[in-house]
Amino acid sequence: MIVAGLHDDPPGPGTVLWADIDHEHDMMSTRMLGFWLYMLSDSLIFAALFAAYAVLSYPTSFMGGPTPRDVASPLYGYAETVVLFTSVFAYGMVMVKLRHDLPRAAIGWLLVSFLIGAFFIGMETHELRDVALAGGPPQRSGFLSIFWCVVVAHGVHLLFGLLWMLVMVAQIARDGFTQLVTYRLANLKVYWLYQGLIWTFVYTFVYLRGSI
Amino acid sequence: MTEVQQHWDPIFGRLTLSQVPYDNLIVCFAFFFAATLGLVILGALTYYRKWGYFWREWLTTIDHKRIGIMYAVVGTVMLFRGFVDAIMMRTQQVMAAGPASPGYLGAEHGYLPPYHYDQIYGSHGTIMLIFAATPLLAGFMNFLVPLQIGARDMAFPYINALAFWLTAVGAALTMLSLFVGDFSHAGWVGLAPLTELPYSPDVGVDYWSWAIQIGSVGTTLGAVNIITTIIKMRAPGMTWMRLPLFTWTSLTTNVIGLTAFPVLGVAIGLLSLDRYFDTHFYTTGMGGNFMLYTDLFWIWGHPEVYFIILPSWGIMSEIIPTFSQKKLFGYPVMVAATLSIGCISWTVWLHHFFTMGAGPIVNGFYSVATMLVAIPTGVKVFDWALTMVRGRVTFPTPMLWAVSAIFMQIIGGWTGMMLAIPAINYMTHNGVFVIAHFHCVVMVTVFAVIGGTTFWFPKVFGFTLHETSGKWVFWLLVGGTFIVFTAMFILGLTGMPRRLAYVPYASWWPILAIEELGVFVDIAALGAFIYQMWVSIRDRELNKAGRDPWGTSRSLEWMTHSPVPAYNFAVIPHVNARDEWAWRRDYRLHHVMPNEFKDIELPVNTPVPMFIGICSAAFGFAMIWRIWWLAIVSLVAMIAIVCLRSFGGSTGTTIPADEVRRLERLAARPSMRSRPETAIPEGVVVLGGGDAR
Repeated sequence: MIVAGLHDDPPGPGTVLWADIDHEHDMMSTRMLGFWLYMLSDSLIFAALFAAYAVLSYPTSFMGGPTPRDVASPLYGYAETVVLFTSVFAYGMVMVKLRHDLPRAAIGWLLVSFLIGAFFIGMETHELRDVALAGGPPQRSGFLSIFWCVVVAHGVHLLFGLLWMLVMVAQIARDGFTQLVTYRLANLKVYWLYQGLIWTFVYTFVYLRGSI
Repeated sequence: MTEVQQHWDPIFGRLTLSQVPYDNLIVCFAFFFAATLGLVILGALTYYRKWGYFWREWLTTIDHKRIGIMYAVVGTVMLFRGFVDAIMMRTQQVMAAGPASPGYLGAEHGYLPPYHYDQIYGSHGTIMLIFAATPLLAGFMNFLVPLQIGARDMAFPYINALAFWLTAVGAALTMLSLFVGDFSHAGWVGLAPLTELPYSPDVGVDYWSWAIQIGSVGTTLGAVNIITTIIKMRAPGMTWMRLPLFTWTSLTTNVIGLTAFPVLGVAIGLLSLDRYFDTHFYTTGMGGNFMLYTDLFWIWGHPEVYFIILPSWGIMSEIIPTFSQKKLFGYPVMVAATLSIGCISWTVWLHHFFTMGAGPIVNGFYSVATMLVAIPTGVKVFDWALTMVRGRVTFPTPMLWAVSAIFMQIIGGWTGMMLAIPAINYMTHNGVFVIAHFHCVVMVTVFAVIGGTTFWFPKVFGFTLHETSGKWVFWLLVGGTFIVFTAMFILGLTGMPRRLAYVPYASWWPILAIEELGVFVDIAALGAFIYQMWVSIRDRELNKAGRDPWGTSRSLEWMTHSPVPAYNFAVIPHVNARDEWAWRRDYRLHHVMPNEFKDIELPVNTPVPMFIGICSAAFGFAMIWRIWWLAIVSLVAMIAIVCLRSFGGSTGTTIPADEVRRLERLAARPSMRSRPETAIPEGVVVLGGGDAR
């Protein structure tokens, strides 16, 4: 028999009718899988936004206003990339401290990751303010609408990640590395790394492609 | 923030008393009906002192079976509302055919002014697809999937409850639009740029968008839960190739739900940005592109069609083998067909607008992709037919529904293949031929849902539905449906456009009258259904069901008691065959009960999902009426509740083994009682051996 279950055997010696133990499902892997599935749906949000960006980044959508080259500076974007991935790296250190069972050090790295992440948000806010002041608010043209939308959608994701970090700081401080805290830290790792990944797409599509 | 043209103040936003359409006779009647029904229910809860029970057992439950039933109740209420919309549309068209047709209630022709009529077809489509079909099928999936895979509960019971409450809030907002403000007049698809603020200055489009937005967050969360449940929670021995077909279709459908609904969220979210922040995603000027909306919407919209149809096929695939007393023909092929339809569903969306002018190459690609769907669908039809061949086929009500659903599927599928040809599409685009086609397809879902309801009703409530009146429902609804849509196909070939509040040609009146006749037959079917429910509930003591009331059913859910106890299975079964229950019956093992019980851990009830639901309702309402302070307060409250809940540990409750034994004895009927002396083949382990997986 190649595929188990493709043919049904008659009952015989060794056939078991009821599971003896209430078979334990691995809570950690179940919850991680659920979170990965959520991340998949989140990817689709960004996929749709990037598709919209592709549609609305032609000259017909500029309406004589700022073009991608005017609003996105690849060098500033590069600095932002470095900052965000430093935060992702700091979060990686949280996971190292988790493995070594050092809650206080983990809290320290969480705060480092939080502060660098918050600095990224600050850089982004500064950049968007400049764009708005230079005559590029989202209401100016179809292109600027989607430019703001993509960047802000990513930023809002980061804000929720930052909030999540603060919650985890409190939970590690209160409970230590319990099973619940551990899987939440693992999921936040996926989330934070994923936001970095999305940023690489934003940087490639919006900043690099826009500067050509 | 965009300035709205009408009145706005900081406390109540756009909400004024004049937004309540008390001058509209039809809406007043609907309000009177809904208020009476609501008061009767609230009064009954108070009179019978059931508030505590209602709170403990329903509002705060995270039991997948209870949540499934609540989904079904929401779906049924919305199905009724959508049906009333349909009756109103048919009646308007038959009354408003030809320039000589008289007008009533302030309408020039018929009894509905165009703006009111437009809202009705908008709400009919939105309700039927998103707030009737989707919750009804979610109800089936919630109730059945854990039972079919031999699990005690879902992977995420709390998320599951949250998903339900968000869906219910979406439905509630849609209903609220009837009495406060108005609903979208731009069709259920939200035709851009008609939905933009300059062309739709009222709150109708906002009701539509926020109801869908909140409801679809629920659907996405539900999808995460069900996919994880199927992957992670299967009983020992339940290999992939033993999964019941309904579970397979649930898996596929939720993969579609997980990946398609976020795109809908983006499509409608960008529209909301246009309406609230004056951006230019879909505007006609200022660099917007309204075909972007159409594309994004249908990238969700077409997978959504399969989201609705796949579980229906799953239901049919459970009913047909049961009443053919034969295993499902071609099970692996059925699984492959299900998965391939799930994949193809993503590649066909452009066939909804062949007339956009994308050019022959693009149209050709989507035309061929659409035709590909016919292959796995045809496989399914043949598999159902071949399941019946040389089986011992009987025709109780569920089987009647399943078989008629196959016929409906063939009609809907054939006409779909016609529409897949762009040349034909240029003739039929925006015509009622398309309407007749997709109604035949969604009728497959209706038939399967009613058949499935009859089939699993004893499992859910512990008594069977009245059979004779069930057959009346069947013949009336099938008859009415065929009358309505045959006539509609003819009108479609004659060239009648869809969404007409006034039909210009009097010569179409006779066919419209035939459609109206069909609608009356459908109303009679609704009457028969209410009668069936009344008789069944009245005679429930006479119709008590055992574990397996049909006697020939095949999958795991029939192994446990009816109604299903809170813990689903006293002892988790060890699966040995694809149709485990049929396998045990064939080898005379179906009387063997577990002889040893253990403590059972169950998740404890929580009102948190309902609180989040209430906050999301307040948020949706505030956004619709532009009451900014309330929107901010409810959004912050929602985030705070989620954060605070995470500080509570995971809580569970334990049912001790003695209690399980007592409940099992209580539930076992005389004929089902454990008789270990009845010839258990040598060597078979009733209990023990542990997890073989």
